[in-house]
Amino acid sequence: MRRASHLREPAAIKALLTLVALAYVALMLLLPLGAVLSQAFADGWRGWLAAVTEPDARSAIRLTLLVAGISVPLNMIFGIAASWAISKYDFRGKSILITLIELPFSVSPVVSGLVFVLLFGAQGWFGGWLQQHDIEIIFALPGLVLATVFVTFPFVARQLIPLMTAQGRGDEEAALTLGASGWQTFWHVTLPNIRFGLLYGVLLCNARAMGEFGAVSVVSGHIRGETNTMPLHVEVLYNEYNFIAAFAVASLLALLAVVTLALKSALEWRYRAAIAARS
Amino acid sequence: MSIRIENVSKNFSAFAALNQVSLEIRDGEFAALLGPSGSGKTTLLRIIAGLEVPESGEVWFGRKNVTEAAAASRGIGFVFQHYALFGHMTVAENIGFGLTVMPRASRPSKKDILLRTNELLDLVQLPGIGGRYPSELSGGQRQRVALARALARRPRILLLDEPFGALDAKVRRELRGALRTIHDELGLTSIFVTHDHEEAFTLADRVAILNHGQVEQFEKPKRIMQDPASDFVRSFLA
Repeated sequence: MRRASHLREPAAIKALLTLVALAYVALMLLLPLGAVLSQAFADGWRGWLAAVTEPDARSAIRLTLLVAGISVPLNMIFGIAASWAISKYDFRGKSILITLIELPFSVSPVVSGLVFVLLFGAQGWFGGWLQQHDIEIIFALPGLVLATVFVTFPFVARQLIPLMTAQGRGDEEAALTLGASGWQTFWHVTLPNIRFGLLYGVLLCNARAMGEFGAVSVVSGHIRGETNTMPLHVEVLYNEYNFIAAFAVASLLALLAVVTLALKSALEWRYRAAIAARS
Repeated sequence: MSIRIENVSKNFSAFAALNQVSLEIRDGEFAALLGPSGSGKTTLLRIIAGLEVPESGEVWFGRKNVTEAAAASRGIGFVFQHYALFGHMTVAENIGFGLTVMPRASRPSKKDILLRTNELLDLVQLPGIGGRYPSELSGGQRQRVALARALARRPRILLLDEPFGALDAKVRRELRGALRTIHDELGLTSIFVTHDHEEAFTLADRVAILNHGQVEQFEKPKRIMQDPASDFVRSFLA
């Protein structure tokens, strides 16, 4: 039985570690999520519904969808273009470009927002010119989109660069020798090869675009019903001690996170099957 | 169709991959480019295909200068060492790819593409597997499918980059025979790259031996054996 006892000890440690991990997840993730939901529904189903359908909340939801709806496709196109260039061609400054793409991850979102205020705000570099021509960027939709694009632009590219580098140029060269044009090669060969990675990147990009607080907060100006996105609306409500409404809107954002997570897991599962099929 | 390479040079940064290479392959000939790795044989094949651009020199197909022509418009078939089959397409879709991307005016009908696909599957002795995916095939089968795909648009020239490199000895022998038969039947002009001199000598009409970006000798296998042109050729064949 000596062997059994020497096997049992790691098993005990394994159980302990698992328990610690589960407890930690429960404490740090499930408990807050539960708190959000219980607060959101403290006045029952009707209270929740009233909070998420009142005009300011509706406007915040609309604005968040609009900002994400513009920023995510922009970053998708940029991400594909950058990954294509980095993985399929050799050029000077490639490693600098890769580093720069990652930059928004290491910069505090507040700084990201401030950059745009410095550039386009009333006292900023282009502020005077913009005022003369009656163009609003800061405290308006363009500013929100700019800040969101900046904060979320690594997501798609980061997902695609390693994937496309690993896949190499072989399939594209084969398509070219078979007489396909550049566009046909992209559409029929490259895009299908990266589709799961691309979807995954877009999903993460979207989750961050909708949930972004810091950068958007700086450029928004917090005009209720006009420039407040959902996360900003939550903050406003919370500061007004309107907890039920704040948590009701927050529960929508939490729902977004849960849906993203579910889709992400589903994609990972599909993605793995696709990778296995390639080899 | 004859292939003429005139004074072609190509550098990769400081390293000269090809240095003033000239070579003429006759219409209907089966030629091999043989040499150690780094000798420039694959670079030369890729320049003929239009996948690389030479710094200087010219490439002629028959009476046409194709040096500046894009790979897609050269009318060649290319077979890659690692097959490069499209994993998300069935075997039939892979083989028909070259036909489905043709401009609408000259593109065959869906029915004709299917007929052609089946004809090609018969040619490479894999009838009835059109509905399968590349991942479900063995290495030898994949390379046969890749060959069928390269032939779909009836190219006059077939280029093969180490086509048997990733296969075991038995499959290699089978495939060699099949390739030679197809070459003769279709009246192709073919060039294949290899580092295996036995393979080059048993399969090719003439063998070009490359070293350090230059052609050391381009002759019939028998002549090379009898009369090696340089010390390098002698030692490479030993």
